[in-house]
Amino acid sequence: MRKQRTAGQKATLSGKDAEGAGVKKKKFNKSALPLYLMILPAVIITFIYKYIPMAGSIIAFEDYKLTKGVFDSTWVWFDNFKYIFNLPDFWNVLRNTFLIAFAKMIGNLIVPIVVALLLNELRQVGLKRSIQTLLYIPNFLSWIILAGMFTDILSPSSGIVNQLLGYIGVGPIDFLGSNDWFPFTMVATDIWKNFGYGTIVYLASLASIDPALYESARMDGASRWQQTIHITLPGMSSIIVLMSLLSMGSILNAGFDQIYNLLNPMVHESGEIIDTLVYNLSLGNGMYGPATALGLMNSLVSFTLISLGYILADKFLDYRIF
Amino acid sequence: MRAEKQMKKNKKNKIKVSVGYRIFTVFNITLLILLALSCLLPFVNLFAVSLSGQFAVNSNSVSFWPKDFTLASYQFVLESGQFLQSFWVTVKRVVLGVSVNMLLVIPTAYVLSQPERKFKHRKIFAWFFVITILFSAGLVPWYTVVRATGIMGSIWALILPDAVPVFSMLVLMNYMRGLPEELQDAAFIDGAGHVRTLVSVILPLCLPSIATIVLFAMVGHWNAWFDGMLFMNRVEDYPLQSYLQTIVVNPEQYLASMRGSGSTAIQNLLNFVSARSTRAAQLFVAILPIMLVYPFLQKYFATGLTVGSVKG
Repeated sequence: MRKQRTAGQKATLSGKDAEGAGVKKKKFNKSALPLYLMILPAVIITFIYKYIPMAGSIIAFEDYKLTKGVFDSTWVWFDNFKYIFNLPDFWNVLRNTFLIAFAKMIGNLIVPIVVALLLNELRQVGLKRSIQTLLYIPNFLSWIILAGMFTDILSPSSGIVNQLLGYIGVGPIDFLGSNDWFPFTMVATDIWKNFGYGTIVYLASLASIDPALYESARMDGASRWQQTIHITLPGMSSIIVLMSLLSMGSILNAGFDQIYNLLNPMVHESGEIIDTLVYNLSLGNGMYGPATALGLMNSLVSFTLISLGYILADKFLDYRIF
Repeated sequence: MRAEKQMKKNKKNKIKVSVGYRIFTVFNITLLILLALSCLLPFVNLFAVSLSGQFAVNSNSVSFWPKDFTLASYQFVLESGQFLQSFWVTVKRVVLGVSVNMLLVIPTAYVLSQPERKFKHRKIFAWFFVITILFSAGLVPWYTVVRATGIMGSIWALILPDAVPVFSMLVLMNYMRGLPEELQDAAFIDGAGHVRTLVSVILPLCLPSIATIVLFAMVGHWNAWFDGMLFMNRVEDYPLQSYLQTIVVNPEQYLASMRGSGSTAIQNLLNFVSARSTRAAQLFVAILPIMLVYPFLQKYFATGLTVGSVKG
């Protein structure tokens, strides 16, 4: 990890130095034509499957029929948007989306930081490694697998979780079937899936803090807690800010894969989100125009926030994606 | 609270570990072990259910150890045909998909890693790819375009629409930019062209980074389900996760559909399995390949975590 980071840093530097050294190296220049040929296949495929669909978003302003196609469907301008805003469910869906996505954002930011700090205090190297190994497991499994697993273990009648809760006199709780619990379950299981992975980012940044700082703090009689507050947290601050900025774009992304697979008629009221509504409107009910209009609004909001996140990260942290 | 206690103790005794910190350590270790168990035990429970007899599962008496041990659920899964069929579709898609990903990502990353004086339009092309991760086209236009390109129902529908994973491309590109430029210039002096330089000089040095993005692509293809559900017309062509999606949430319905159809072996096995145990078995077989590459994932994935760099 650390090696990788220095490589990245070098990259940024060499990019800048290159201009100065350019004169000397110019004679090694080869023709750029092969470069264009090498990049061409990826450009064509990206153009077809990413850019044409972007342009295809004009469906949002049409009464789109699959049989008529994009060019022959009737223009209805903003009717689809009006239709969406007048859906009796719309504001509820927007609220669900925002609440679930926001809670996930906060949780996915804070939990990994706390776990990384706690792991960092472990002196037993073997134990630390084994714990870490277990924490990442859920991250690599699909929401299909996890949805199947959660439906099983969270079942109020037969699930192991409610059996265990029964021993301490709680429940049974219908985690996936009651409107009070469903959003909470979505947030908690999402954090459970992601926190191990996020922990690594922070552990890596902890490892790069200069040990001499701790050394001198100890000499001055600082306690572990004081060291955490005055050395560790400031040392992590730039990566924490970066992660928060980059997570901004997910404010309307409540997690389609997870919610689509766990949503059921009993929790429609608290669990339907924008992405599942887009799916149900279009491929479920053939209302392609309104679905695209809704998707387009969602994409535009996300695009604005993601871009803003990157711009701020670039401005304040000198963060570059390339 | 804890801090105050610790500060008091520290004043008394600077070198020895304070009592407060010791209490914290015990508490900390307990908490972390509980967290780790929360990531492990659900799968242990799933595994135990998959190996338990029908009666034990239906009476909810299985926790973390199989009861009335039987392999009937696994036999059932293997006999039922569709599971293996879908497993095979997924294996094909992983092999073909990862190859296509790499064939597109490696040259692209190489080209974009060139400094601007060697590749004048580097910035434009880089933005061309990055914009696709910033703005996602909606479901309907995407679906329409895939349909229009005539690949619906074929395995290419699972491969081409996401053939250029931009994040992986950026990871590899940044790695390549970290290599000394002199290597490339030396290859040019020796008369090598761009392709030759990439294959013989740059690629061997990028193996750790390539291992990372190959693993990412493998896991991505293994876990993908939505495209299979959208673009495959026949259930027989469903990749594993799309097939699992049709049964995981409602295993009773699936088991009922197996009754009366399928071979005599299946009909016999139906007397020994329960809906929960067959589902658990199917999920477990689908998890297994991920667990097999898990040690490698652990080794490499940290390198691919962060795209870009913070100067600091």
